[in-house]
Amino acid sequence: MAERSLKTAVSRVLPRVLLYGVLGYAALLFLMPLYVMLVNSVKPLDEIRGGDLMAWPDAFTLQPWHDAWSLAQIGVQATGLKPYFVNSFLMTLPAVLISTGIGAFNGYVLTQFRFRGAHLVFAALMFSVFIPFQIVLIPMARTLGLLHLAGTVPGLVLVHVVYGIGFTTLFFRNYYAAFPPELVRSARMDGARFFRLFFRLLLPNSVPIIVVSVIWQFTNVWNDFLFGASFSDYSSFPITVALNNLVNSSTGVKEYNVHFAAAFIAGAPTLLVYILSGKYFVRGLMAGSVKG
Amino acid sequence: MKAPLIAKAVLSPSVLLIGVCVYGYIAFTAWLSFTASTMVPVTTLSGPEAYVRLVGLNNWLLSVKNLGIFATLYILGCGVLGLLLAVLIDQKVRAEAGFRSVFLYPMALSFIVTGTAWKWLMDPGIGLERSMHAIGWTGFAFGWVKDSDLAIYCIVIAAVWQTSGFVMALFLAGLRGVDTEVVNAARLDGARAWRIYQRVILPQLGASFISAFVILAHMAIKSYDLVIALTNGGPGRASWLPSLFMYQYTFTRNEMAVGAASAVLMLVAIAIVVVPYILRETRSGDGHG
Repeated sequence: MAERSLKTAVSRVLPRVLLYGVLGYAALLFLMPLYVMLVNSVKPLDEIRGGDLMAWPDAFTLQPWHDAWSLAQIGVQATGLKPYFVNSFLMTLPAVLISTGIGAFNGYVLTQFRFRGAHLVFAALMFSVFIPFQIVLIPMARTLGLLHLAGTVPGLVLVHVVYGIGFTTLFFRNYYAAFPPELVRSARMDGARFFRLFFRLLLPNSVPIIVVSVIWQFTNVWNDFLFGASFSDYSSFPITVALNNLVNSSTGVKEYNVHFAAAFIAGAPTLLVYILSGKYFVRGLMAGSVKG
Repeated sequence: MKAPLIAKAVLSPSVLLIGVCVYGYIAFTAWLSFTASTMVPVTTLSGPEAYVRLVGLNNWLLSVKNLGIFATLYILGCGVLGLLLAVLIDQKVRAEAGFRSVFLYPMALSFIVTGTAWKWLMDPGIGLERSMHAIGWTGFAFGWVKDSDLAIYCIVIAAVWQTSGFVMALFLAGLRGVDTEVVNAARLDGARAWRIYQRVILPQLGASFISAFVILAHMAIKSYDLVIALTNGGPGRASWLPSLFMYQYTFTRNEMAVGAASAVLMLVAIAIVVVPYILRETRSGDGHG
């Protein structure tokens, strides 16, 4: 009898132990690259060259972080990542705010008014988020040249606004499509016209989707590499391009510890946003893939 | 309500921007691919010459072959791993939110950042190979990233690691929408957990499977940053994808028409995957608007 109850206990507990074992192991594998980046960014270079990337640092040092931030040679002068980090902010913040604002207006118009071709406009916007950007690189390079925006941060802002509108419109359109119509109707009965309806009723009730849109756009624009590599120069590189130049430059000694610190610096803003508001990040991912 | 003039006025800048900078530019690039453009665009038409040249180029054939390998393994790898993680997490796990966050965080990072980490991790000089030797497995060798035939698989590994969590989230959303009554009925009938998944739950995840496939296939075709950061297309040109081919031929080899033709083929490949999906989505949205 005792043996039997032991058996049932085992058959009940064992699958749970296995389940947590597998999940825990998978979690460690997923965290491993982040761990490697972090521990090796605080090791002296000889410790990496003579040792093991997985090992805990023997001699802890913040020198690689200092070098990555303000000394590493990326452009003509050894400025570190600092100016490129600033470029990325100057590029990302306006691009995020403008594209989110435009998306909110578009979503409002597309859901609250009837006009011919609305579905076509929406389908055209939706397809625009899927296109491979290689298809627009050549004409966009020429356009930026004509506008005297080639190789500048405002040029990158323009590009990110244009190719972000599809996403932001999609977010707000799906959100406003589910907006209670009786509220809109009664506001219209009260005489609310176009802008009043938007600014007094819909927009104040849009905080969740604004957060989703801002986080999504921030992550996308900050992490962009292709546009940065195509349309910027030494004065306007975003941080992703600067990081890649630092790591892939063939000259000199490979300072792995500085590379890891630099990678961490480049990833920190989006990682921080993810940690602070992961729920909204996931909602953005889902809204971008399935109907909200 | 019928749209007043102001509504149309608010929407029109976006329509104009997208019309010009997406569809106009697509038309422009398509037109370029039928010209004799080299360093700068020229108007001399040369018919399908660029396409003929393109499909005869070894670099293009290699890029397409690599994309075939990469896309297949990437979609399968992310699909299987993502579904597995979703099913495991769906077993009423403690600290569910914690596990989900861990599996999804790579999606928040730039491929350039994660590519840098993977580049040195997979480097036989300082990476995993050395770590395995350090714990006593001295026979361990992992130099794929330096091997022309195997470098593309390194990109698969890093890309699967980066995106599996996203597929997990997709499937988890699908699993949470499964009809619980049918599942409970099957359970009462004494069906085993595995059978319930196979017969009742997975068949209800059709929409998640389609979404996952479309997103992954289009991401595979667009992949660029990760290859640049991890192998820079190398060794040599061994890990080129069409996206790298396009950039190289257009901007460094001064073969703009060929580059444009390659971009057009990338777009066509994506359209084949995405257009049916969009048509389905916008049709089902007919109730709104």
